[in-house]
Amino acid sequence: MSADAPIKEIGETPLVPAHVDHAFISNEVSRVTEQRAPIGWWLVFGTALLALGALGLSVGWLVWNGIGSWGNNSPVAWAWDITNFVWWIGIGHAGTLISAVLFLFRQKWRTSINRFSEAMTIFAVICALLYPTIHVGRIWLLYWCFPIPNQMSMWPNFKSPLLWDVFAVSTYFTVSLLFWYVGLLPDFATLRDRAKDVLRKRLYGAFALGWRGSNRHWRNYERAYLILAALSTPLVLSVHSVVSFDFATSVMPGWHTTIFPPYFVAGAVFSGFAMVSTLMILCRQVYGLKDIMTMKHLEMMNKIMLVTGSLVGYAYTMEAFIAWYSGNQYERYCFINRMTGPYWWAYWSMITCNVISPQFFWFKRFRTSIPWMFALSITINIGMWFERFVIIVTSLHRDYLPSSWGMFSPTIIDIGCYVGSIGLFFTLFSLFLRWIPMVAMFEVKAALPGAQPSHHAAHDEHDSHAAKGTLAVKEA
Amino acid sequence: MSDVTTKKRPVVLLAEFETPDAIVHAAEAVRDAGYEKWDVHTPYPLHGMDAAMGLKDSRLGWIVLACGLTGVTAAITMIQWMNGIDYPLVIGGKPPNAIPTMVPIMFELTVLLSSFGAVFGMLGLNELPKHNHPVFYSERFEAASNNRFFISIEVEDKKFDVNRTKELLESTHPSHLEIVEEEVA
Repeated sequence: MSADAPIKEIGETPLVPAHVDHAFISNEVSRVTEQRAPIGWWLVFGTALLALGALGLSVGWLVWNGIGSWGNNSPVAWAWDITNFVWWIGIGHAGTLISAVLFLFRQKWRTSINRFSEAMTIFAVICALLYPTIHVGRIWLLYWCFPIPNQMSMWPNFKSPLLWDVFAVSTYFTVSLLFWYVGLLPDFATLRDRAKDVLRKRLYGAFALGWRGSNRHWRNYERAYLILAALSTPLVLSVHSVVSFDFATSVMPGWHTTIFPPYFVAGAVFSGFAMVSTLMILCRQVYGLKDIMTMKHLEMMNKIMLVTGSLVGYAYTMEAFIAWYSGNQYERYCFINRMTGPYWWAYWSMITCNVISPQFFWFKRFRTSIPWMFALSITINIGMWFERFVIIVTSLHRDYLPSSWGMFSPTIIDIGCYVGSIGLFFTLFSLFLRWIPMVAMFEVKAALPGAQPSHHAAHDEHDSHAAKGTLAVKEA
Repeated sequence: MSDVTTKKRPVVLLAEFETPDAIVHAAEAVRDAGYEKWDVHTPYPLHGMDAAMGLKDSRLGWIVLACGLTGVTAAITMIQWMNGIDYPLVIGGKPPNAIPTMVPIMFELTVLLSSFGAVFGMLGLNELPKHNHPVFYSERFEAASNNRFFISIEVEDKKFDVNRTKELLESTHPSHLEIVEEEVA
C-alpha cells in the first residue's frame, strides 16, 4: 500500500482523520438512512416537491397546447429546452468522471464522493432526457426515434446527430445506472445486516441480491467494476461530443466548429464538479459528515474546477480567434453579435462566471473557504447555463437575412419547465439521501490506512510454512 | 428451536478474524491444507486475497468481449439494413450505406452491450441473486459487511472433518469460531 500512502514531503496528509475506522464508516453513513430525517432534509424535499409540481403543470400544459407555449419561434427554434438539456447532461458528466476516470487513475480520494456524484449523474440525465422528449411536441410519436417498425414503413435516419444523441444519452443513462447499482450491492448488504425490522431487512436484502462479501465474488466484482470504469470513460467523452455534434455538424455560423467536442466535454466536467461541490457542501452541513467528506476533498474538487474552467476559457478565446481568423464574414458577425449585440449581457455573464470566477481557486484561502466555494460553485452553474444559452440563442436569433432576425423571450411555461426540472432533480436527490447510503462505504473502508494486508508477499511463504508446521505438530 | 421434532446438522464452519493480516494468513493455511469448498467473506475486497485463496483470474473479460463484439455487429447490421438496403436514404450527398456516420452508434451499442455483459456476467459467475446461504444463519456473520473478516468451510468439502477442520482453523487464531447448523425436517 505504500504507493497510496500520503507523501509527507509535499505536505500530503491522510484523507480521513485517525479515529475513522471501518465500524465508524458503517455507522456514520448508515445512520442517515436509519434515523429520522433532519429538518434540513424536509426543507429541501418540500421545496423540491413544490417545484416538481410546477414541472407537472408546465409539461401538462405544453403537451396539451403544443410547443407554441414556449417562447421558441422562427428563427429561434431551439431555446431554453435545448439549453436545459445540454446543461443537465453536462452536470451529469462529473459523476462519471469521478466514478470512472478517477478510478482508473487510482485516485483514492474519490471514494468519499463517488456514490454521491453517480447519483447526481443519474438524476441529471433524467432531467436532461425530459427536454428532447417534450420538445418533439407530439410525445406519443416519440417511438419514431427508435429503430422499430412503424406505420410509415420508414427507418430512422442514422446519419443524423440527433439520432446519435438518442443512442448516446440512453446508453449513458443505462450504463450509469448499472455502474451505480453494482457499486451499491455491498452497501445494500451492509444496510440489510444492520436492519432491525423485517421490512427493512427484506427490502435492502432484495436489493443486495444475497451479497455475502465472498472473496470468490469480489474477484469477479472487482473485474466488473474495472471493466465498467474502462467502458464509462470513453462513453462519457463520447456523450458530450455527440451532444456537441448536434451543433457542430450543422452549417450554422457559431455552431460549425471543430473545437466543440473537447470544449463541451471540458465544460461538462466543469459544471458537473460545481454541482457536486454545491451538493456536497449542503450535505456535509445537514448530515454532519465532515470526517468523511473532508475539506481536502473539497479542495481537490476546486482544483479540478480551476483546471476545467481555464480550459473552457481557452475554448472561448480560441473560438473567437478562429471566427476572426477564418475570414468568414458570417462567422465573424456571429461573434461580434454575441459580444455586443442584444444578448451581450448573456455573453459577458458567461465570461464572468465561467472564466473569471474560478480564478479565485488559485489561492488556498478561497479553495478552503466553505462560503467562497459554495458561492463560486453556484456562480459556475449559472455561468454554464449561460454558455449553452449563448451558443444556442445568439447563434440562431439573427439569421442570414436581416428580415429573418428575431428575439427570444421565455414564457411562464419555459420558466416552469426549467425550475421544475431543478425540482425533479432535488426530489430524486433527497430521496436518494434518505434511503440509499450516500457514501460508498466499502470503497472508503478499502482505502483506509491499514485496511489492506501489510507486506503480503513476504508473509505468504513464511506463514504457509508456519501453518503447515502447526498442522504437522497437531497431527503428530 | 429446541423442539424435539427439529434436528440440526452442521453445514458450515465459520471462523471470524479482526484484521486483514490475520485473515490472509488463515486463508493461506486453508488453501495449503487442500480445501476446495470454502470461502472468505470480507466487508471490502482485500488485495492479495485471490492469491492467498489460490483463485485463478476472473473469466469475466471474455464474456464482456463477446458481448462487445455482438454490440458492434448488431449496430453494423442494423444500420446497413435499415439505411442502406431496406430504406436507402441519401442525406447530405452521402451514399446510403456510408460508413463514417455509423461510427457513433457502433460505439454506443458496443459500450451498452459490453456493460450488460460486465454486470450480468458478474452476477451470473457469482450465482447471484441467491438469498439463502448457510453463512446467513450465523448472527455474528452480520459483521461481515461491517468490520469483520470470515472464513467459511463447508461440510460438503471432501476433506471436511469436524475435529480436524476445527483444529486447522484454531491454529490460525480466529477471534471466534462457530459451527453453523441448519435445521433438518
